[in-house]
Amino acid sequence: MSTSTTMTVNGVKRTIAIDDPRMTLLDLLRERLDLTGTKKGCDRGQCGACTIILDGRRINSCLALAISHDGADIVTIEGVARGDRLHPVQAAFLAHDGLQCGFCTPGQIMSAIGLIKEAQTDNDPERVREAMSGNLCRCGAYQGITEAVLEAQKSLGIADRREVA
Amino acid sequence: MKTFDYVRPANVRDAVAAASAPGAAYLAAGTNLLDLMKGGIVGPNRLVDISHLPGLDRIEDLADGGVRIGALVRNADLAHDRNFARRFPAIAEALLSGASAQLRNAATVGGNLLQRTRCAYFYDPDSACNKRDPGAGCDARGGDNRLHAILGWSERCIATNPSDFCVPLVALDAVVEIEGSTGRRVVALESFHLLPKDAPERESVLEPGEMIVAVRLPAAAAKFAAHARYLKVRERTSYAFAVVSAAAALRIDNGVIAEARLALGGVAMKPWRARAAEPVLAGQRADAALFRRAAEAALADAKPSGDNGFKIELARRIVVRALTLAAAGTPERMPALPASPFAVVSGALTHA
Repeated sequence: MSTSTTMTVNGVKRTIAIDDPRMTLLDLLRERLDLTGTKKGCDRGQCGACTIILDGRRINSCLALAISHDGADIVTIEGVARGDRLHPVQAAFLAHDGLQCGFCTPGQIMSAIGLIKEAQTDNDPERVREAMSGNLCRCGAYQGITEAVLEAQKSLGIADRREVA
Repeated sequence: MKTFDYVRPANVRDAVAAASAPGAAYLAAGTNLLDLMKGGIVGPNRLVDISHLPGLDRIEDLADGGVRIGALVRNADLAHDRNFARRFPAIAEALLSGASAQLRNAATVGGNLLQRTRCAYFYDPDSACNKRDPGAGCDARGGDNRLHAILGWSERCIATNPSDFCVPLVALDAVVEIEGSTGRRVVALESFHLLPKDAPERESVLEPGEMIVAVRLPAAAAKFAAHARYLKVRERTSYAFAVVSAAAALRIDNGVIAEARLALGGVAMKPWRARAAEPVLAGQRADAALFRRAAEAALADAKPSGDNGFKIELARRIVVRALTLAAAGTPERMPALPASPFAVVSGALTHA
């Protein structure tokens, strides 16, 4: 079977042929659109490396079938900076050493952007850690990640939260 | 992953017709189904995508005071619906203790009810599993089974139901609306999941093609809002399934428990309503000795299915703790670590 789907990816409308219904959003982004910033870690929804913003919410792109999501609005790590100006969450990860090897970082950042939009965590490190528990970091950079998320949500402020991605 | 035909019906009737064919499966968010398909645990030959069906994503207050939750409502949306969480705080707490934020943003109410066991032998195609392959045997019986069932298990299957959401739902008398080729029927959630007995491959009362369209809570379920908690022991702080969990809900009048509801998770192949414990509590004043008696009644029929005898006493203690927390009152705000026995609850109570 072959069908095509139209999605908005990082603000650009894309039409993509789907020749296999098994294709996930993760594979579509990586293999069809060459957007390889979104990482394939476990491919089973356990590690969070594939986190994207789908229609305004963070999800695991490895557990979403592309064919089911025509018309979707997707934001990936490639779509959050404005030219050379980093997204505040990216800048906070740099400032707080929220990474070591960097493999999980795109997923961490997209998850943090989703978390800030959800506006459930205040400036409470325990709430932030709980809300980030779907993103594993094998290097163990959690301390820096938590600090980065706390700073980013503070700098963005409640009023701006809806605009973060 | 085995390939499949993908169909997207326009309405519930067409969906039921399309899913009635042998080998067909419904697709909603797919958070559990895709994982199972990738692992070769299930291999449907047709996916009927119901995620775009209109009208199934609403949370509706009913005229009789109850609430109706559409099957496609996302777990996170239900947990964060202020009106819902205020009336049914233990359900919101259970939802927020499950999975990760990403999964809760995608996973649906109907899918939660139908998620498969997390038994490692079910998940391993090279292991014998009567659920996956009826008659093949059960490698969990002689295997690593410290997390397996202590209630309602059979020689053929000792797996548990992994849902958190279902535990307070069954305590609060939720019912499931089901649509099939012959029309709509309503089944109590307590009767929806089937214990393994001789046929562990059959996990619910759903007939081929039947679809969950909604879950309903009766008006009486909201009367417990001031004293309702969900408590869940995990092997790590977050993003883990329950070793044992409990939902406790009390209606307290002038210091006396007028009515009590109790259910357990992680102990059986279904969310386990601990009916024997409820009359023990009714008409009594809340205290530790009473809660211990209720816990003894709740676990009276429990027996180890392997190296998991510890879960029986653990479950009793979780029952006592959940009842103690419920009696103290529903916290004003969701704890930072929902349902965690390690959470510090501070600040005012919601309905004090």
